[in-house]
Amino acid sequence: MQFGGKYQGSSFLELLEVDYAQLRPDPSQLAEGFRLSSVPHGTTVLALKYVDGVIVAGDRLATEGNRVASRDIEKVLPTDDYSLMAIAGAAGPSLEMARLMRVELEHYEKIEGESLELDGKANKLAQMVRSNLPAAMQGLVVVPLFAGYDLRRRTGRLWKFDVTGGRYEETEFEATGSGGIYARESLKKGHRNDASRQEGLQAAILALVDAADEDRATGGVDLLRGIFPIVKFCSAEGISPAEDSDIERVYREILEGRGRGGS
Amino acid sequence: MSMPFYVSPEQVMQDKAEYARKGISRGKSSVTLEYVEGVLLMAENPSSLSKIGEIYDRIAFAGVGKFSEFDQLRKIGVRYADVKGYAYSRDDVRGKALANAYSQAMGDVFTRELKPLEVEVIVAEVGDDELAGHESNAIFRVQFDGSISDHEGYCVIGGAADELNSYLSNEYRAGLPLGEALRLGRTALQRVTDGEPRVDPENLEVCVLERARGGRKFRRLTADSVIGLLGA
Repeated sequence: MQFGGKYQGSSFLELLEVDYAQLRPDPSQLAEGFRLSSVPHGTTVLALKYVDGVIVAGDRLATEGNRVASRDIEKVLPTDDYSLMAIAGAAGPSLEMARLMRVELEHYEKIEGESLELDGKANKLAQMVRSNLPAAMQGLVVVPLFAGYDLRRRTGRLWKFDVTGGRYEETEFEATGSGGIYARESLKKGHRNDASRQEGLQAAILALVDAADEDRATGGVDLLRGIFPIVKFCSAEGISPAEDSDIERVYREILEGRGRGGS
Repeated sequence: MSMPFYVSPEQVMQDKAEYARKGISRGKSSVTLEYVEGVLLMAENPSSLSKIGEIYDRIAFAGVGKFSEFDQLRKIGVRYADVKGYAYSRDDVRGKALANAYSQAMGDVFTRELKPLEVEVIVAEVGDDELAGHESNAIFRVQFDGSISDHEGYCVIGGAADELNSYLSNEYRAGLPLGEALRLGRTALQRVTDGEPRVDPENLEVCVLERARGGRKFRRLTADSVIGLLGA
C-alpha cells in the first residue's frame, strides 16, 4: 500500500478517486443494457421528528424477488455521533454507500479537525446517491433517508433523496422503500413534532406494523424468532437505540388495540 | 542543482542532521505516557493549532518541530489509515505499520532532499482487551532521519527529549491513574521551560486513547477537565 499520494484535500471519496481508484465503487462498470433483478432489497425505513430530535426506524427484512434474503438485516446505520442513514433499495450498494458515508464523515473530521455541518453531510450523501445513477438505471436503486441532530440549530432534521441525487428536507416525517407509502399514511395520522420519546416510538412501530400489513416484503415484528425492528433516537446527547423489550411492549399494545391479537 | 566542489557524504549528512536538530530544538517538547486505562498524549501548546491528533480507532499522533511539516505527516497518516481500514478491516489498521511507513517516508526525505524534515513524531496505539493479540499498548518514536524506536511506559519528543527521558526514567512507574500521569507529564514539561515557573493548564494540549471506549478511542480533553484532573 502506498504511503502519501497526490491527493491533498479532506474528502475520502476524492482520495479514493485520485489515489486508489481500484477501491472505489464504480457503477459505470456494470454491463450496459443488462438489468439486475435478483439481488437482495431492503424494504421499509422511516424517519420522524420528536421533541428531542429525530427517530429513525426500519424493519429487518431483505427480499430477493419473492424470497427472503435476510430476516435480520440492519437498515438504520449511524454515520457519525449525530447523524444516521436509513437504507432502502438494493442492499449491497446501499450498505456500501452507508459504510463509505461513515468513513467520509470521520475522515473529514480527522483531517479538518471539526465535523461537517448537518447540511454538509446531507449534501455529501446526495452526491453519493447521484453518482450511483448508472447503477440505478440497471435496477440497483439506492434511495436512503438521512436524519440527524443539528447542533447549531438545536433541532432534529431529516431528508429524503431521489435516484438523481435530489435532496428534499422534510419538516415532519418521511418513509421510503416498498412499504414506505403505507408507513407514511400511518405516520400522517398520529405524528406530532413535539411527541415524547415514547409517543414517537409508538408512532414508528405502528407505521412499520401498518406497512408490514399491506406490503408483504416488509418484515414488521417477528415475535416467533424474536427479531424486532431497529429504532434509533438521535438528540443533542447523541444516538441511542430503543430496547427490544420496549418495542415488544409497544407492539403487544398495538395488537391488543386491534382485538384478538390480529389486525 | 550543481555542486561547485566536493563535499564528503558524511559532511552532508552531518550538516543535514544538525540543521534538523536545530529546527526541532526551537520548539517545545511533547510527552506520551501509558496510564492504567489507556495512553495519554500531552504537549505544551498555547496556540489553537494542534500538535496531537487522531489517526484511527486506537491510534493517535503527536508531532514536534515545524508545524506545517508534521501536520502534513499527520494527514498522510489519516489517509493511510482510513484507506487501509476501508480496504481491509478496522482491526487491520495498526500503529506499527504506520510508524514503519513514517520511518520510510522521513528517511527518504532525509537522504534525497536538500532540506530534511524538522520534525519528530510519536505514533501511539492503545490496546483492546476484546481483541486477542491486540491487548498491549505500543508507542513508537520516529525521528527526522527516519530512525524508529519503540518505547514502553513513556516517550518524549522534542528539543529537550534527552533531559525529559532521564527525568521520566526515574519518576515514571506503570499503572498510574490518569490524574497522576497528567501531573507527572506536566512536571516533566515544566523542567524545560527555562525561567518559566510553571506550565498553565490552559496551555496544555491533552488527548487520551481510552482503552475501555468503544470504536474511536481518541478523546481531546477540554481545559476544564485538565484543570479538574490536575487539581484532583
